[in-house]
Amino acid sequence: MSEIRERKDYSNGPLCLSGRGVTKVFGLGDNRTVAVDHVDFDFHEGEFVSIVGESGSGKTTLSKMLLGLMTPTEGEILFEGKPRDISTGKKRKEYWKGIQAIFQDPFASYNVFHKIDSVLLDCIHLRGGKNLSKKQKVEMMTEACSFVNLKFSELTNKYPFELSGGQMQRLMIARIFLLKPRILLADEPTSMVDACSRATILDMLFELRRETGMTIIFITHDIGLAYYVSDTVYIMEHGRFVESGKADDVILTPQAPYTKRLISDVPKIHEVWDLSTVDLLKEDA
Amino acid sequence: MKNMFRQIFHSPKFVAGFVIFVIILLTMWLYPLINPGNPLEMIGVGTFARPGTYFSLYDAVDAPTETLRLSDADDKRIDASMSMEDRVAMVAWFEQAGVDVGDLDITDTDALLDLWRANYDSSTRLPGMTNAKRNYYKRLDRSIQSMQGADKYSVMHKDADSGEMVERSTINKTDYVNVAQVVNVKTLPLGTDNFGRDVLKELVSATKTSIVIGLIAGIVATLIGLTLGLLAGYVGGITDDIIMFITNIFTVIPSFVLLILISYSIGQEQRGASVVAIVIGLTSWTWTARSVRSQVISLRNRDHVNLSKLSGHSLVRIILTDILPYIASYVVMAFILQVSSGILAEAQLSLLGLGPKTTEVPTLGLMMNWAMLYSAHTNGSWWAYFPVILTITLISFSLNLMNTGLDQVFNPTLRD
Amino acid sequence: MGKVMLEVRDLKTKYVTRFHEDVYAVDGVSLKIEEGKSLGVAGESGCGKSTLALSLMGYYFPPLHYISGDILIDGKNISGLDPDVVRKTILGTEIAYIPQAAMNALNPTQKIIRFVEDVVRAHDPKARKKEIRERAEARFAELGLPRTVLDKHAVELSGGMKQRTVIAVSTILSPKVLIADEPSSALDVTSQKMVIKMMRELMDKGYIKSMLFITHELPLLYNVTDDIMVMYAGQIVEKGTAREMVFDPIQPYSHGLMGANLVPEDGMRDTKPTAIPGTPPNLKRPPKGCRFAERCRYATEECRTHSVAERPFGEGRMYRCRMSVEELREVYKDE
Repeated sequence: MSEIRERKDYSNGPLCLSGRGVTKVFGLGDNRTVAVDHVDFDFHEGEFVSIVGESGSGKTTLSKMLLGLMTPTEGEILFEGKPRDISTGKKRKEYWKGIQAIFQDPFASYNVFHKIDSVLLDCIHLRGGKNLSKKQKVEMMTEACSFVNLKFSELTNKYPFELSGGQMQRLMIARIFLLKPRILLADEPTSMVDACSRATILDMLFELRRETGMTIIFITHDIGLAYYVSDTVYIMEHGRFVESGKADDVILTPQAPYTKRLISDVPKIHEVWDLSTVDLLKEDA
Repeated sequence: MKNMFRQIFHSPKFVAGFVIFVIILLTMWLYPLINPGNPLEMIGVGTFARPGTYFSLYDAVDAPTETLRLSDADDKRIDASMSMEDRVAMVAWFEQAGVDVGDLDITDTDALLDLWRANYDSSTRLPGMTNAKRNYYKRLDRSIQSMQGADKYSVMHKDADSGEMVERSTINKTDYVNVAQVVNVKTLPLGTDNFGRDVLKELVSATKTSIVIGLIAGIVATLIGLTLGLLAGYVGGITDDIIMFITNIFTVIPSFVLLILISYSIGQEQRGASVVAIVIGLTSWTWTARSVRSQVISLRNRDHVNLSKLSGHSLVRIILTDILPYIASYVVMAFILQVSSGILAEAQLSLLGLGPKTTEVPTLGLMMNWAMLYSAHTNGSWWAYFPVILTITLISFSLNLMNTGLDQVFNPTLRD
Repeated sequence: MGKVMLEVRDLKTKYVTRFHEDVYAVDGVSLKIEEGKSLGVAGESGCGKSTLALSLMGYYFPPLHYISGDILIDGKNISGLDPDVVRKTILGTEIAYIPQAAMNALNPTQKIIRFVEDVVRAHDPKARKKEIRERAEARFAELGLPRTVLDKHAVELSGGMKQRTVIAVSTILSPKVLIADEPSSALDVTSQKMVIKMMRELMDKGYIKSMLFITHELPLLYNVTDDIMVMYAGQIVEKGTAREMVFDPIQPYSHGLMGANLVPEDGMRDTKPTAIPGTPPNLKRPPKGCRFAERCRYATEECRTHSVAERPFGEGRMYRCRMSVEELREVYKDE
């Protein structure tokens, strides 16, 4: 079938984003919570990486740190092999040209007071297209919309909330298409979208990667989804990576007890879903 | 946006409040056009003239008269001139004379007089009645008879040369003057106050001043509260700590006490209406700041703000375009309440004698203060304070109604 | 054939929006669940599955309104009953309802035993505290819940434990029908499994006689219920046993829905999940023809103009499509 299903080895490719001992601690004293606990990672160019964790595992905190929206308490994040410097507004702006995000809730991702045109125009301006003619801008927006199977002529002058959740999420991808960052961080982009629209969105992410070779960091709680989309999987529990590796290795032959439990607890279709692995008398995690 | 306005004007509460408020504003604007002049002009000598239409007696003498024969004119005149003591004395006479009064109502002048004419005889000597008392009844009888008679009044003036009285004209009981033809007529729908000032004119002017004070106080309080709340909520960290520290101090000290102290220290002479308004605004921003802050904190972590950051937008731009529009409805509501409480604060302050200086403009609070100082409430001069209370209530009611209406539109969960 | 515990005949209900528009969220649904059986309802958000759950309780309050149809529980028609009567005599004993956020409905300031007392006393006001406690302890032990839970406050329990407690408490009167609307969707997978295991025990031990399980997660449904029906735009589009529905879906929409699942199993990485373009129709103005026609890749002009009735086939299965079962199987083979 298509290229996405190739088992390409990225582990020797050029590094894109890596972390050494990245830690985030919230609160002080008794309220001290370690959300992310000394994690190391290496994301390579063009790789589709999934970070899988249940709620409270620290995956969202980690994604905020990767995006530079939150500063790590400890540890170092390397961007393209060099320590990341986002100390000033200008440097941050530069960094954000290279990394962009799609968030979980499409309804919360848009400013409801801005029209769709302004969302897309903003991206064009960000890429230095401020001085383009109106016609060129419309062409670019039309192209971006058609990339995600939307018609710009039908969207212009509309507000994002007039679209369905799936359409809004696709518009987010159109935004990424215009921005063409080197890294895309997708934080549960399909969890609030119906199963039937999910595949469309995933296809578009694959298409984005094929066209621009961008690295996609996919944050999810759904291990089945992670298995389908990713080359590399990181399993996160209580702020630590308990297992990582190629998707096939991690999912089909899990080593860590947590990964084993996670996989065995997900309802199956072709395999037997063994209910005896859970003990009802035990207070669950 | 259009849809939002449509929804707002579909809320019956908002519309009711809005209509009341607009009527008040229109009155404020239109009344001075009909009745111009300085609202603080003392037109009356003496205090608390009753509401009513006044015309100059002096000018009425020269006005052309018409003869009208009104059947009830005599009755009304007698009715008005017979005092309650006279009536009681008449009943006392009947009792002493052994006349059966039955269930006579002493306010029923007709029945009383009928009985009197039928029974009174000045020659009757009632036992135990002193001469003085007998003469009193004779005088009473005469005056009753004269009221029914055809006497005229003479209007005379003193001749400047001879010093003699010269009759100028005579006034018959059937002489009437058209008020429109009297040169000087003054209608005082709400009478005059303790300084003899037209209460209605004063009230309209005071309402205007009070609403302006409320608006200035509201704008000042909302601007300070909004700015501090936005900064504290969005920037967070040490900025938040400092701002919240200041806010907490202002919250802990009762703002009204602060208001009294500041007003007192400014001194009566420096306290214009706008100064008072600003002082009120400066002491009432705290809860706007606190609630704006908490709203902003919940918005700060919304994904559209994160996305705006990732798009490299500046702090000011994010606050103005991604935060402010989301809390705008809330700020408008807070502003309306601030205006309402600003008006009330001015009234309270003035009632204590710490309001704007009294020589420039009237305010609702000052009018209350004057009415209180001159005991309008104990001497029955309701017109000096009741319309003021009603106006304050109406303004505050309409503003709160608008606020509730907006609340229901913006927070649909509150609906029904 | 077992005794029919829940039967629904041509049920129609609607929502009235605050602009006074009618939304026909359940439009002619018929179903039957026999004693000891469970039925799953699958569908996308907005297909009417949650409204169906609310409508089945016979407990209507605005904005939900009953239009027509019958709901029979163990032969007794509860449709059109006074809401107060339903609340007193039907809820709890005949039918129990567990929504997704059930665990958040527990008042955090009260001990769990208080909720048990409330539920029991709603039907038997004279029940004594001691009896209720004994009954609750016995039931909790049977369902594998620690009895210490009874004396805890809701805040002391984890999400999964809270949800299991709510299920155990709401079924303490052994209702004939349990309606569970996404009871485990807000939980992590391990807690979800525990919830499912407990619901299985409830069924196996006969504490509930039948179950209607609503979820958008098909792999879960496949593992929980005997039968599955798929809802689309307020109507049932296909019904069959769980196995048939997952491995041999007939109607184009349910075929697409079944193909959209992703599970962490060998080989899953190489099967492309199905995508169905478009969005469900607006139920304020349901389309005249087949409701799925706008998104169906096999739709013809006839589909858009002529509505399709439920068509029975196989052993007790039914589907809603103009094309025959053979035709549909043939087109799926070509893909």
